[in-house]
Amino acid sequence: MTVLRAIGAVPEAVAVLALPPMLLSIIAKTKAWFGGRDGPPWLQPYYDLMKLLRKGVVYSRTTTWVFRAGPIVNLAALLCAATLIPVFSDDTLLGFGGDVILIAYLLALGRMLTVLAAMDTGSSFEGMGASREVTFGTMSEPALFLSFVVLALATKSLSLAEMLGAPLQAAWGDVAPAMLLVVAALLIVLLTETCRVPVDDPATHLELTMIHEVMVLDHSGPDFAYITYAAALKFLLLGSILVHAALPHASWALWIDAPLRVVELAVLAMLVGVIESSLARLRLQRVSLLLAGAFVLSGLAAVLTFYRTHA
Amino acid sequence: MNGTRPGWLALRQGQAVDVSSIPLVDADDFASHMLAGRGRGGRLANLFGRRLPDGGVRLFAFLAFDTDARIEVCAADLPHGKLTYPSVTAHWPAAQAFERELAEQYGVFPVGHAWLKPLRYHGTDDGSAAPWGPFEASEPIPGNYPFYRVEGEEVHEVAVGPVHAGIIEPGHFRFQCHGEEVLHLEVVLGYQHRGIERLLLHPNATRSAIVAETIAGDATVGHALAYCTALEALAGARVSLRASALRGIALELERLANHVGDLGALCTDVAFLPASAYLGRLRGEYLNLTLEICGNRFGRNLLRPGGVRFDISTTMADSMRERLRRLERETLEVLDLMFSQSSVLARFEGTGKLSEERADEIGMVGPAARACGLRRDVRCDHPHGVFQFSHIPIAVETTGDVYARAAVRWLEVQRSLEFLVELLGNKPEGPVFEPIGRLRPNAMALGMAETWRGESMHVAFTDEAGKLAFLKVKDPSIHNWFGLALALRGVAISDFPVCNKSFNLSYAGHDL
Repeated sequence: MTVLRAIGAVPEAVAVLALPPMLLSIIAKTKAWFGGRDGPPWLQPYYDLMKLLRKGVVYSRTTTWVFRAGPIVNLAALLCAATLIPVFSDDTLLGFGGDVILIAYLLALGRMLTVLAAMDTGSSFEGMGASREVTFGTMSEPALFLSFVVLALATKSLSLAEMLGAPLQAAWGDVAPAMLLVVAALLIVLLTETCRVPVDDPATHLELTMIHEVMVLDHSGPDFAYITYAAALKFLLLGSILVHAALPHASWALWIDAPLRVVELAVLAMLVGVIESSLARLRLQRVSLLLAGAFVLSGLAAVLTFYRTHA
Repeated sequence: MNGTRPGWLALRQGQAVDVSSIPLVDADDFASHMLAGRGRGGRLANLFGRRLPDGGVRLFAFLAFDTDARIEVCAADLPHGKLTYPSVTAHWPAAQAFERELAEQYGVFPVGHAWLKPLRYHGTDDGSAAPWGPFEASEPIPGNYPFYRVEGEEVHEVAVGPVHAGIIEPGHFRFQCHGEEVLHLEVVLGYQHRGIERLLLHPNATRSAIVAETIAGDATVGHALAYCTALEALAGARVSLRASALRGIALELERLANHVGDLGALCTDVAFLPASAYLGRLRGEYLNLTLEICGNRFGRNLLRPGGVRFDISTTMADSMRERLRRLERETLEVLDLMFSQSSVLARFEGTGKLSEERADEIGMVGPAARACGLRRDVRCDHPHGVFQFSHIPIAVETTGDVYARAAVRWLEVQRSLEFLVELLGNKPEGPVFEPIGRLRPNAMALGMAETWRGESMHVAFTDEAGKLAFLKVKDPSIHNWFGLALALRGVAISDFPVCNKSFNLSYAGHDL
């Protein structure tokens, strides 16, 4: 049975790994349509990754092993997280009770190494980016944690697969307002963690305004491919959490479940594209207010859920 | 002339005077003489030097009296071996860049200048030492530049440029920051120095006109207009009304293309996508209208002393009017969208503020000055050519922030469109080109134009043979770069790009 499951997971895992750049493509296409353009080809993110993987790498003499470890550890951390987060089905490859904590720390580990690698270059730009990333990270992590707390309270489980599975469907019936707040908080967390407008602008060339992009200015070749891919994977993983939290349902057959979730993720990517096309970026000092908002939303949801499940 | 004071010669733009009629004042009284002119309401429009045959330097100062279309000029001689005088900047910061230029070009020492640093980073004309010491061409800029520094444990320095991530000109920006807040910005330019003023004296007049068009590529028509006005004044030539009208059309098309493009770029910088995409396309449409007139999108080879080289036929004018009407609809629609988007306004309002007093003190010009509430526009204040007959109202805002600078351009887009549609339907008849005759010997004349950035001024001198002997070019950017540096104080460093774009000053025009 376990063997069968493991074999069955292979195509699913391949699909999970292949999907992230396509989501970036959907965002890019949506933005292009808003601007009255055709946009880049659908497969452009894949071409870019292939191009980067074939290139050589340049390392500055001022950097140490930390700089080289950054992209790899970040990607590895996210790949580990991918085995614990339900994407297509309600099941995960290696999920266990309490895996939410591991997931949160895997995300934090990736961030820490990216920040350290940026600091390692000694460039004033990258130091600035690192300081912004950490500032906003310390504000988006509590919002993510509190959202997990709400899901755990509502489903009485500490395994993400169950927190986002059938038990959550019942919770939507019980405490729908709290669930709505959680979804809103998760959307803000998603936009922050994946560096989208209104928090960051992935399209800008202006180093002084960047958050994520400026931290990876010195990475090149395959290292940069890992970073780009990891960013896309992060979007897929956080997007999956959001989609599952927003539309939970009991496990159906995989051939229904998987296409349905892909469509939902595509819609989410389009939504992000629409947000990017219709809003200007926030002033940097205002981002913390947005994140504080996410924290308050999830905190409120936690109170509501706690009250409902314990009173 | 009316209102002239002793020690000053009054003239208008497009008027030639004998060099000998320019009153000379004593070098030691030069600064106080100018401050007295400031007291009467004068605005420092230009200050430069010219090497005398005996090795001394003659200073020329131009004060603009904008309310009665008058320019007043005076001069002072600094003898060879004693190239010093009391600095004007010490009392009037508007002179700071001009006096740094004097020090750099001739080794003149304005005593009391608080910010005496190289302006363009080149040696003096005769190789003598500047006040900061001899020029070391082997040392890279900005390596040994004496930057202003803020000391402190938590203060950090950010250096940007001269190579930038975008397709822009080279310039070095040094920020002194406390966290995200900019305490001080210093702008170091000079990378684009080409020796324009010497190239302009090329004996081939056509070549000289072509050089004038390349002073700042995006203000081709504006600089060509000031250049032509100065030369025509020296020749005593009158340009036909039709040619004047065509020049006005080209100037306003240039303004439209740049304002629309810059407003789009402002949207790009705050990541507001729809307006940025559409305004970028519309900029191309305005450039294409200029292309249709003269075969070049930036208006090269259109203006020449004596008129313009290309006419606009009636059918062409009609088709241009129709397209301008369509463009007007589309442009104003997109701009309405942009200026009604609260997320965009939240980024613009209150960012990079400059007070009216400060802007006046440092002598700012153009839309950046008008955004602070200063009513300065060469088209109205010193009208010449077609602007003597059709008036464009001055667009003024009062808040002095990025929003105000964007809003002034928005207003100017509307007014230029009205002006163009009106003028294209109602062009005077006549020839468009008549070669100018010989230049008047031993004379000086000045031409001014309101480029889309502000006032450009060309001052031309002839020698006793009636040949062009000296030409001084002023791009509005030389007034305004300091304004950008001041506007950045206390602003978040992440707002620098949008602030910079709202000024969008010329590097090439500054560096000459």
